[in-house]
Amino acid sequence: MDIGSRNDAVPLCSTAFVINGQQFTLELHPWVTLLDLLRGALELSGTKKGCDHGQCGACTVLIDGERINACLKLAVSLDGARITTIEGLGSPESLHPMQKAFIEHDAFQCGYCTPGQICSAIGLVSEGRVHSRADIRELMSGNLCRCGAYTNIADAIEDVMGQGRNQIREAAE
Amino acid sequence: MPIQSKAVGLPLSRVEGPLKVTGGARYAAEYFQPGMLFGVVVPATIAAGQIASIDVSAAERFAGVVKIFTHENRPSTAYRDSKWKDQVALPGHPFRPLESDRILFDGQPVALVVAESFEAARDAATLVRVHYLPEESHTDLMRAIHTSYCPPIPRAKEMMPPPPRGNAQAAFDRATNRISADYRMDGEHHNPMELFATTVLLGDDGTLTIHDKTQGSQNSQDYVCNVFGLATETVVVRNAYVGGAFGQALRPKYQLFFAVMASLDLKRSMKVEMSRREMFYLTWRPSSFQTVSLAADREGHLQAIRHHAVHATSRYEDYQENVANWSGLAYRCDNVELSYEIVKLDVSTPGDMRAPGAATGVTALEAAMDELAYEVGIDPLELRLRNFVHRDQNQDKDLTSKALHACYREGAARFGWAGRSPEPGSMRDGVDLVGWGMATGLWEASMSPAEAKVQYCANGTVVVSAAASDIGTGTYTILGQIAAECFDLQIGDVTVRLGDSTLPKTGVEGGSWTAASSGSAVQAAAKAVIATLLKHAGELHNSPLARASADEVEVAEGRLVLEANHQVGVAISEIMATAGLSSIEESAEVGPDKALARKFAAYTHSAVFVEVKVDSELGVIRVTRVVSAVAAGRILNPKTARSQILGGIVMGLGMALHEEGMIDHRTGRIVNHNLAEYHIPAHADVEDLQVIFVDEDDDKASPIGVKGLGEIGIVGVAAAISNAIFHATGKRVRSFPITIDKILESEIRQ
Ligand code: FES
Ligand code: FES
Repeated sequence: MDIGSRNDAVPLCSTAFVINGQQFTLELHPWVTLLDLLRGALELSGTKKGCDHGQCGACTVLIDGERINACLKLAVSLDGARITTIEGLGSPESLHPMQKAFIEHDAFQCGYCTPGQICSAIGLVSEGRVHSRADIRELMSGNLCRCGAYTNIADAIEDVMGQGRNQIREAAE
Repeated sequence: MPIQSKAVGLPLSRVEGPLKVTGGARYAAEYFQPGMLFGVVVPATIAAGQIASIDVSAAERFAGVVKIFTHENRPSTAYRDSKWKDQVALPGHPFRPLESDRILFDGQPVALVVAESFEAARDAATLVRVHYLPEESHTDLMRAIHTSYCPPIPRAKEMMPPPPRGNAQAAFDRATNRISADYRMDGEHHNPMELFATTVLLGDDGTLTIHDKTQGSQNSQDYVCNVFGLATETVVVRNAYVGGAFGQALRPKYQLFFAVMASLDLKRSMKVEMSRREMFYLTWRPSSFQTVSLAADREGHLQAIRHHAVHATSRYEDYQENVANWSGLAYRCDNVELSYEIVKLDVSTPGDMRAPGAATGVTALEAAMDELAYEVGIDPLELRLRNFVHRDQNQDKDLTSKALHACYREGAARFGWAGRSPEPGSMRDGVDLVGWGMATGLWEASMSPAEAKVQYCANGTVVVSAAASDIGTGTYTILGQIAAECFDLQIGDVTVRLGDSTLPKTGVEGGSWTAASSGSAVQAAAKAVIATLLKHAGELHNSPLARASADEVEVAEGRLVLEANHQVGVAISEIMATAGLSSIEESAEVGPDKALARKFAAYTHSAVFVEVKVDSELGVIRVTRVVSAVAAGRILNPKTARSQILGGIVMGLGMALHEEGMIDHRTGRIVNHNLAEYHIPAHADVEDLQVIFVDEDDDKASPIGVKGLGEIGIVGVAAAISNAIFHATGKRVRSFPITIDKILESEIRQ
């Protein structure tokens, strides 16, 4: 079982997708993950690697609006997809409401899990499944934070959801 | 100081927040250069023995591979041990990657595969074939405990137990009420979310710009220069953003060595990032075994304390931490005997992990105090109050301050402790048994030498710089606040530069000393700038400040004024224009005050109150409420300070219930080296956490009244949780983490 020569044997795959509104058509090896592509050739290092095993959520991005662990996605499988990374959500000058709320609630310390938490939180809100703070905790549990900013993250998410519909608070009452 | 602060004491948001929430903050692995190479490590798969042979031929043939380094072809490096010792090295022989064919611990790097792409290096690494001659390994602390010894070379004098005072044995034997218990803790792994990584950017002139995951850029720089014989001017180390560390990044890690080694050898820029699995193979909180014996009279006054602590270390270094000494200073007691030993195992050298020693030792002490409270038959909080002490009896010194009474009072009130029914198992919520427990926390408040530079610019902005690190602690923000306060500015007018070895000298970020040390240095440098301003003001024609001394003036609203009368003063712009200056820059250095330290000891304190709910049928434990009341001197920023304590509580929760480095002692190998099997608290585990900072004035612990917050948040948490579990279930589990199986097992045994 010699995989030593596989690089030569396997052809590059032409893959086209949109990342943060920009169209890319790339010639990719089939074994490159979306995470390594982002953090490597595309230099979009806002998406983090915390485990490379789908166990920490640091690499969470939005693919067609759905939150996905980029380390578990082979880039070539994303032909035609619309990908949004943390860089596509806002900039320091014009922050997404979720980004603003994270700053306001001090929902991070080292900041390493933060892009994943924010992408996950935005995906969570659009899923429309959250009816209580306990739901937030449960449905955000794929995103680990070793700095322990969990309660502040939940505050930030509640805040953003409240800005829209006050629905969490109502459900809690 | 201005009366109405625009900065210090305010709950300001982190200044680097906008960068961190947009992905703009760059960590060690996130620097790029065309043509850069990637390195991946091959970890050993035995815990002790020898490499018989390494076959790299298949890996070398893999497309994209540039070179494979093993002990057989590693470029030569420094010979003497002293060159390998970093600023916080331990007694013993520092680990040298690829030094020889000896294997000292599971996961030890045996090869570095360097390739044109990360994927090629990663995949080729799986093709390296290593043949080992394994030897019997010993990794079980309990089986090797008879080999424990007193470290012959102390890491630091203060870590050694003080001589016994009184006669603990006799007092214990005489006392009416006593308990004695053994506490076991498995090893823990820091697991900061960022993987250890180093990027080396090779300049055209041969200089190295290194982005390293470290808690001290200058420590990494020293290490690289010593090991590779490089001149300091040719190596710059940066750590602008650090994705958590908790002590694991105090000492240089092997990815730094490898990235520099390969870069120098191949004359290319390099990136080496560890895998999560590798993160488990080095620098961990050692497994430990402790025996605590407490005796009291019928009213609960402590008569004797004995605390014996043993923990693991490696074959090659004597890791040491202060585990037992806390028991001699937490409460009033005249008969105390503390002892401390370590055991050599076939493991990598343990290292400091958040509140090293205290997280372990205070947990045992505070669990034992709870046992004593039940033995005596008084409320656990009342027991602590009856044994309150205003002095460090270990060192026979006064304390700089100790607002622990306020922590007990305010914490208990917020928690509702008065409503506790003492009997275990007496509180219920449906099928859940409800338990309320508490514990005291303490940690030393220390300062380390630190320098800072402050530059005041004529346009009214300030630049602060120091080689300090912000590992998520809020250093950028609090140093900015201190400078803003000194010059009566908004924080937005201050720029803080950290994480760069070329900046003013600062030790590693650890021990909770950064705020006190670097903060004091910034204040001192700002005062030096003000003194220089005053000197120039005195040169003005008819200067109203001609006779003022530096400690009589301050800055208010852009003017240098008399503290006593703000009407008297000169606009800074005028002073600088007249002197023809566009900026004024001063540096200052601070360090511990030795004279004060001879008389006073300084500690932070906390009182932690916990509610747990234990499913009476399944044994599932949930921590539903935590109140932590902290006395830590002056709080520079209540928002970031609160987060530090929250983080400590969460890590303490992991220590109590989840975190367990599992070693298969038959093979000496770590079996749960990933985040699915080594459980750290997740969102769902963390419910209601409340933090209180009690007022505490301290003019001695540091010039700015700060005591530090990085560690105190975790201390006592695991004990309070275990005490709450006892209160809920009537079961004492003395082995951490307290997992469901232990709850159920103790039930069966009853
Ligand atoms: S890096 Fe993808 S889940 Fe951890
Ligand atoms: S902020 Fe550091 S890991 Fe979440």
